[in-house]
Amino acid sequence: MNNTTGLFCKSKLTPVCTGCVVMKTRPNRICNTVYRTESGRNGITMNTRGLRSQLKDSVPVAGLCPQGAYGVQDSLRSGFTSVKNELLPSHPLELSEKNFQPNQDKMNFSTLRNIQGLHAPLKLQMEYRAARQIQRLPFLQSSNLALDTLRGNDESIGFEDILNDPTQSEMMGEPHMMVEYKLGLL
Amino acid sequence: MALSNVFETPAPGFNFDNTSRNAALEGLFDGGQTPKPMKTGTTIAGVVFKDGVVLGADTRATSSEVVADKMCAKIHYIAPNIYCCGAGTAADTEKTTDILSSNLTIFSLNSGRNPRVVMAVSILQDMLYRYRGQIGANLILGGVDCTGNHLYTVGPYGSVNKVPYLSMGSGDLAALGILEDGFKHDMELEEAKELVRLAIHAGIMSDLGSGNNIDICVITRQGVDYIRPYQVSEYKDNRKTKYKYRPGTTPVLTEKVVRLKLEVVQESMQRMDTA
Repeated sequence: MNNTTGLFCKSKLTPVCTGCVVMKTRPNRICNTVYRTESGRNGITMNTRGLRSQLKDSVPVAGLCPQGAYGVQDSLRSGFTSVKNELLPSHPLELSEKNFQPNQDKMNFSTLRNIQGLHAPLKLQMEYRAARQIQRLPFLQSSNLALDTLRGNDESIGFEDILNDPTQSEMMGEPHMMVEYKLGLL
Repeated sequence: MALSNVFETPAPGFNFDNTSRNAALEGLFDGGQTPKPMKTGTTIAGVVFKDGVVLGADTRATSSEVVADKMCAKIHYIAPNIYCCGAGTAADTEKTTDILSSNLTIFSLNSGRNPRVVMAVSILQDMLYRYRGQIGANLILGGVDCTGNHLYTVGPYGSVNKVPYLSMGSGDLAALGILEDGFKHDMELEEAKELVRLAIHAGIMSDLGSGNNIDICVITRQGVDYIRPYQVSEYKDNRKTKYKYRPGTTPVLTEKVVRLKLEVVQESMQRMDTA
């Protein structure tokens, strides 16, 4: 069962779920991601990374698969369930803010490609990919210093540095569960 | 497999979780009136004169029909040679100018140069356009840099205008009338200050959202003169802000003193290491 390009549900581990739409951020990607695959005895290839961690490159549409504990709609915070609430973003800026960094990167890469040729964005993307892997344990926040430096974000301050700082978030995932989830053992 | 154990940290920046709840709540209030944020409903004005730039602002901040702040500071510091007047939602103008000022400080520390007014304008423009006007900040930026004296206005969607004199806010039409009539190129300092004062005064008189005192900020190559307040309003209230009562206000009827008996139970000494 080849899972490299199937539809995945963001919050549940089943391969397909109704009402979930996952968008890939870069439809015209320059290089293709290569997942580790294992060949079984009858030549069946399987993706050995945990299902959820394969979704690193996709940004899901907001409001899907109701938030709250156990996937049940939190009526006090989000009001009554409706299909419109789950499928469409509730604020005009929600989508554009979620995709802002990927869109900036896309724009920069395509400008770089036009000026210097294909090799420049390829090499940069390789560095980005390497920098993105410098993380701490799954339940700890990483400062992403290398990634910030590559992007040039270390020399500017925006609302994402002041508001909702993830290093100061009041909730933390349970360490054992997070590690098991990351390894795909959950 | 309870997914509540797998926690995903929210993305940094603005959080839109409550928008659908707010939209639902809006229908429940009487007449659809939700609590309004504090706006500055303002008159701000700026004028370029021979040696620099004069910025002026009133000091009233309103929250729908109530005056929320009588001594609001609307002229914000951006850089030693650049100041900015802000109209619109008070919190938005404050935070945006704070972020702008931090960015310019980082730039000048990095490069060792004084920031230029065009840099501030470009940064503001990008930031405000990114949020598609949801940040309600109408700003007048004025400053003196190596290329001369500049006055810019930036709208909430990121529109930029470079002009020699200008006014913004709810009282801008009244102020603009005075400015159009009295403006000349290459004015002297006192003339320019008087013109800005008259313009803000006209805004205060004609607009409900502007009032109280007038602040003036003069930026020249030599330095900045931030005069707060430049003109105090004649309508001051005589409220005493000290509400302490002197001893003896309340009559004492009886007094009873009970001594607390304490015994020393244990005494220990620890040497401080003063090396």
